[in-house]
Amino acid sequence: MPKDGGIGASSKRREDVRFLTGAGNYTDDINLRGQAYVYFLRSDVAHGTLNNVDTSAAEGMPGVLKVFTGADFAEVGGIPCGWQVTDRHGQPMQEPPHPVLAQGKVRHVGDPIAAVVAESREQARDAAEAIEVDISDLPAVMDMKEALKEGATKVHDDLTSNLCYDWGFVEENKGAVDEAIKNAAHVTTLELVNNRLVPNAMEPRVAVGDYSRATDDSTLYTTSQNPHVIRLLMGAFVLGIPEHKLRVVAPDVGGGFGSKIYHYAEEAFCTFAAKKLNRPVKWTCSRSEAFISDAHGRDHVTKIELALDADNNFTAVRTETYANMGAYLSTFAPSIPTWLHGTLMAGNYKTPNIYVNVKAVFTNTVPVDAYRGAGRPEATYQLERVIDKAARELGVDPIELRRQNFITEFPYATPVAVEYDTGDYNATMDKLLEIIDKDGFQKRLEESKAKGKLRGLGINCYIEACGIAPSNLVGQLGARAGLYESATVRVNATGGITVMTGSHSHGQGHETSFAQVVADMIGIDESMIEIEHGDTANTPMGMGTYGSRSIAVGGSAMVKATEKIIAKARKIAAHLMEASEADIELKDGQFTVAGTDKSVAWGDVTLAAYVPHNYPLEEIEPGLEETAFYDPANFTYPSGAYACEVEVDPETGKVTIERFAAADDFGNVINPMIVSGQVHGGLAQGIGQALLEQTSYDADGQLLSASYMDYAMPRADDVPFYNVDHSCQTPCTHNPLGVKGCGEAGAIGSPPSVVNAVVDALQRAGHDVTHIDMPLTPSRVWAAMQG
Amino acid sequence: MYAFEIERPSTVADAVKLLKQSDENQALGGGQTLIPTLKQRLAAPEVLVCLSGIDEIKGVCTDDEGRICIGGGTTHGDVAAGSGAYPALVWLARNIGDPAVRNRGTIGGSLANNDPSACYPAAVLASGATVVTNERDIAADDFFEGMFATALNEGEIITEVKFPVPEKANYQKFEQPASRFALVGVFVAKFADGVRVAVTGASEEGVFRWTEAEEALSGTFSASALEGLSVPADGMISDLHGSGAYRAHLVGVLTRRAVEAA
Repeated sequence: MPKDGGIGASSKRREDVRFLTGAGNYTDDINLRGQAYVYFLRSDVAHGTLNNVDTSAAEGMPGVLKVFTGADFAEVGGIPCGWQVTDRHGQPMQEPPHPVLAQGKVRHVGDPIAAVVAESREQARDAAEAIEVDISDLPAVMDMKEALKEGATKVHDDLTSNLCYDWGFVEENKGAVDEAIKNAAHVTTLELVNNRLVPNAMEPRVAVGDYSRATDDSTLYTTSQNPHVIRLLMGAFVLGIPEHKLRVVAPDVGGGFGSKIYHYAEEAFCTFAAKKLNRPVKWTCSRSEAFISDAHGRDHVTKIELALDADNNFTAVRTETYANMGAYLSTFAPSIPTWLHGTLMAGNYKTPNIYVNVKAVFTNTVPVDAYRGAGRPEATYQLERVIDKAARELGVDPIELRRQNFITEFPYATPVAVEYDTGDYNATMDKLLEIIDKDGFQKRLEESKAKGKLRGLGINCYIEACGIAPSNLVGQLGARAGLYESATVRVNATGGITVMTGSHSHGQGHETSFAQVVADMIGIDESMIEIEHGDTANTPMGMGTYGSRSIAVGGSAMVKATEKIIAKARKIAAHLMEASEADIELKDGQFTVAGTDKSVAWGDVTLAAYVPHNYPLEEIEPGLEETAFYDPANFTYPSGAYACEVEVDPETGKVTIERFAAADDFGNVINPMIVSGQVHGGLAQGIGQALLEQTSYDADGQLLSASYMDYAMPRADDVPFYNVDHSCQTPCTHNPLGVKGCGEAGAIGSPPSVVNAVVDALQRAGHDVTHIDMPLTPSRVWAAMQG
Repeated sequence: MYAFEIERPSTVADAVKLLKQSDENQALGGGQTLIPTLKQRLAAPEVLVCLSGIDEIKGVCTDDEGRICIGGGTTHGDVAAGSGAYPALVWLARNIGDPAVRNRGTIGGSLANNDPSACYPAAVLASGATVVTNERDIAADDFFEGMFATALNEGEIITEVKFPVPEKANYQKFEQPASRFALVGVFVAKFADGVRVAVTGASEEGVFRWTEAEEALSGTFSASALEGLSVPADGMISDLHGSGAYRAHLVGVLTRRAVEAA
């Protein structure tokens, strides 16, 4: 029986009313009195020495307030990196400076060279065209393997090479892994590319800097997934503004997918320029600009080997990955191919020996950082592709090969340093086969044949590490931040509640699902609860939203704070009913004394807290407001099994997805409708990566797919009606809600099933095709069929 | 975009007069190509001469010869709605872009732009249509002069396009995944005196007629007539969406499908 409120209910997303009626308040909706506009002049070459930037003509143009260049930021810090990776030899990664505006060199198409602040956007842009830039072109460093060769052109002259780090994990296991591969009955090898993606959130980035001469306070309004992180990074490392003099506001944000985690130069610029000019300064990114300035995702080149014994048990996995960092280190870039990727290489399987090598490389491309899934899609894709290839080589059923190697006992410590708390991989596989109707595949295959189409079925599993993350652990791994979360629960006198969370919602529906949790705990209606987020001035220091962490970490902080509220409210209720606190029960918003008919309502207690006429003032303080910080004990491990059925047009190579099913184990689920929506969105992005999204640079470092004319985002008719299920639930054992997180699963789990399905279709039709690199565009599939 | 003046003439004569005042003046049809170009500051006309207020170049009718006559300022949506006697043309118009594009973009604007991936050039060329301007009648075979190039003079406006209605016709469009323009589009039209096959999207020279296929199909209008025929990959567009060889292959596939569906 579906619930009509609280945990487990598909409550309608309350925020959608404003989003769908044009009443949202996005950063671009914020316009301040006296606001000026900035236009960034960006490099149109990928690599070059910046000989001179002549701004004299631009400065005299109508409306221009000031033209800034790199020299204006000589006294200011660069954009910091938030994670230091230590290499195989115990040395820290190479970490180049990242100036706000280019100094000395430009390193990718889109690198900002100068910034014009003017009375209007058009005036700023007009003046930017009058800036004379003298650049001596240098060879563009594009191919990662070439970039690491002796004598290669360097992206950063002060570094010893283009190698950021050469990471081995677990380095001590390397010998045993090599030995296991040498002794294996069978080794399957696969070389593949995990294609670079441009995030393309619906709302482009925007920043508005403001400064008060009266108080010397700075405010930044920005499209961010984590305003507190931006305040800390920008205040402490770039501009030298202490937190109490800096406010960062991230209001309604139209999608992030990782791209709005990072601290970007434009944010620092607007804050800096607002103070310099004593005027609010606004920047609104155009879509074209977003393609060359938002951090990109993925871009791995990998060789994976899977070793099996004579009984088809997995004995070892060895990988070698080249991970593109782009021209500079974005905020969390170094952690993505390492800790968010290497630790997942066990997947759902009890492989005893695993070694992951990652070489992170600087190139003259847009910086690469986390994008929905972040490292985990890369791990899942290579592992689930190589397992499929192994099954074909061995002539065994790919599902049975997986089942045979599933981890079935929990907790399970992998050889790659993480411990899965719960899971039931057979249960999600069983559910998957039911909802994809695997038994009906043969019939559908015949129907496709009759239409002249090839049909294929691809299946894979995934596991992810979410609920990021235990602070002491990530500190050891090189994070320069804690990854706890916070919440303040403010109960108002008449019983309504305002929750201020350090999490941030940019489409996830926190305002609805977080309210459901608090409503459920107290037994009051969801409408009595308001969720506030995004403003450092009124929310406790929190780390924001990414890594499917909000309900698992932010939700847990909120539960802890609400528990404190309830504990205090019980004391007040006991006083009001002249009973022992031990006898007080809370149900449906009523406090009762066990075994009696005495009761007081939630509102009576909250009123007493703020109008403490009859109140135990000698024992407890008046008021009802509590804050909690929650630091998770472990990651959470959502898992699942996905299936994709495709039709391939043998004449054109066009792939259409006919069926897609996802059986996920997210632990307990707060709002099933929102969870389904999250999976749908993730699937669209995973299918986009698998079939459509192609980030293409030419040899000179020009981005060829720099607009929607050439970069194909998935549209409604590119994706099927999904069949998603999250009824298999093994609750997380270490957070109070038993939740695991659902935001990234779809994007992590779906690319291998699409590719497995296409390879299956081609092989069934007699084509000797074992792999095609994503995206599987019609031309690539057709070319593969030609042999 | 850069600053410009905009004029809104209500007759073709006034529009032509405005366009001839300066080489820097530019006609604006539905704006589906020109406006994005202006927004990117890739064009800087002094005066935009907006043609959308000229009623005399809008609408669809049938002339005494049974030709479908479409005003140059007619939107794709109106072409689709008014060309019922020519179903292949209706289908083509109905599958250009999205509703916003179809309600603004015009047939005259598309033909004057002659994007190598646009759909209309294939219909015009395969139908042997006549492009009527304020100055003259131009046969389809004389109109298209390569990528983004046409026979139009400066200040010459497409006022009407006259389509003879074939006995059978079909347009097959294989979409480029991102833009959804034609990666390759093939329009096959069978008339009493022969078959015409026009290909868009594929060639570096823009829309072209596949004459070998036309000859074969004029003999026998059946897919089997195409067996063994192919277009060479040389001169075909090669880009991140497909090689020249792939495009050449698609020409064959789509031509056959068009014949089968006609």
